[in-house]
Amino acid sequence: MAFVFFAYFAVVSIVAGILTVALKNPVQCGLALLALLLHVSGLFVLLNAEFLWAVQVIVYAGAILVLYLFVLMLLNLKTDDRYFHAKAPYLLAPAVIGLAYLLFLLVRSPFGGSRGDASTAAILINGDAHAIGIKMFSDYLLQFEIIGVFLTGAIVGAIVLAKTPKSIETRRDS
Amino acid sequence: MIPLSAYVAVSAVLFATGLLGVLIRRNFIIVLMSVEIMLNAATINLVAFSHYLEAMQGQIVALFIIAIAAGEAAIGLAIIIVVFRGKISTNVDEMNLLKW
Repeated sequence: MAFVFFAYFAVVSIVAGILTVALKNPVQCGLALLALLLHVSGLFVLLNAEFLWAVQVIVYAGAILVLYLFVLMLLNLKTDDRYFHAKAPYLLAPAVIGLAYLLFLLVRSPFGGSRGDASTAAILINGDAHAIGIKMFSDYLLQFEIIGVFLTGAIVGAIVLAKTPKSIETRRDS
Repeated sequence: MIPLSAYVAVSAVLFATGLLGVLIRRNFIIVLMSVEIMLNAATINLVAFSHYLEAMQGQIVALFIIAIAAGEAAIGLAIIIVVFRGKISTNVDEMNLLKW
């Protein structure tokens, strides 16, 4: 049963990713990106990361994608931009061959390593959000604070960049 | 039981799709969307390894990636609005003001 869900989420997310890159209308690209994000969040559920599923749906699909669509609607982009780079056909064949070789190596490799202490049974006692919270606010507190400062800087920078600049005359008047 | 390499393969295909999008698309917003695809591929990888190696660190870093994607989207879209206000199109080939 889990394999059916995995196949569905994987196939739909890959198809949606290709559509995001290939479609001409930017709004349709945004909607394909929405499908991709939702199905990637489904993969998170299969991996027992329920908290990341919620964060992915709320932050990615709810905030970031709405921001993209808002800017797309605001700029009212035409689709007459040059669609493909001139050298794109020459890049395609080496990319496909390289990716096929990479996939061949990935499927063959065993991927082992030392196990940590957060087994599935240990996480399910108190839930995924509890496990992430305990870890983040003990071992990763400094990184958490750095991310907070980074987000504050990003918000202030975005506001400063997008503010309408006043002309010099109106600045002298006030 | 789904093998770990299946998740890694999905992530590799998604990353290659995003990279292809950055290389072949000329619309700035679509290029940013392709970057989001690549960030999602990295997140799948981290969460899959976190689940199969039974460690929590991967999910923490995945949360940080989502926060950085939010900051990147805000700054990138603000830059698009500034550039578009100067009547330059969103074609990345025409944004060469800082090129020397």
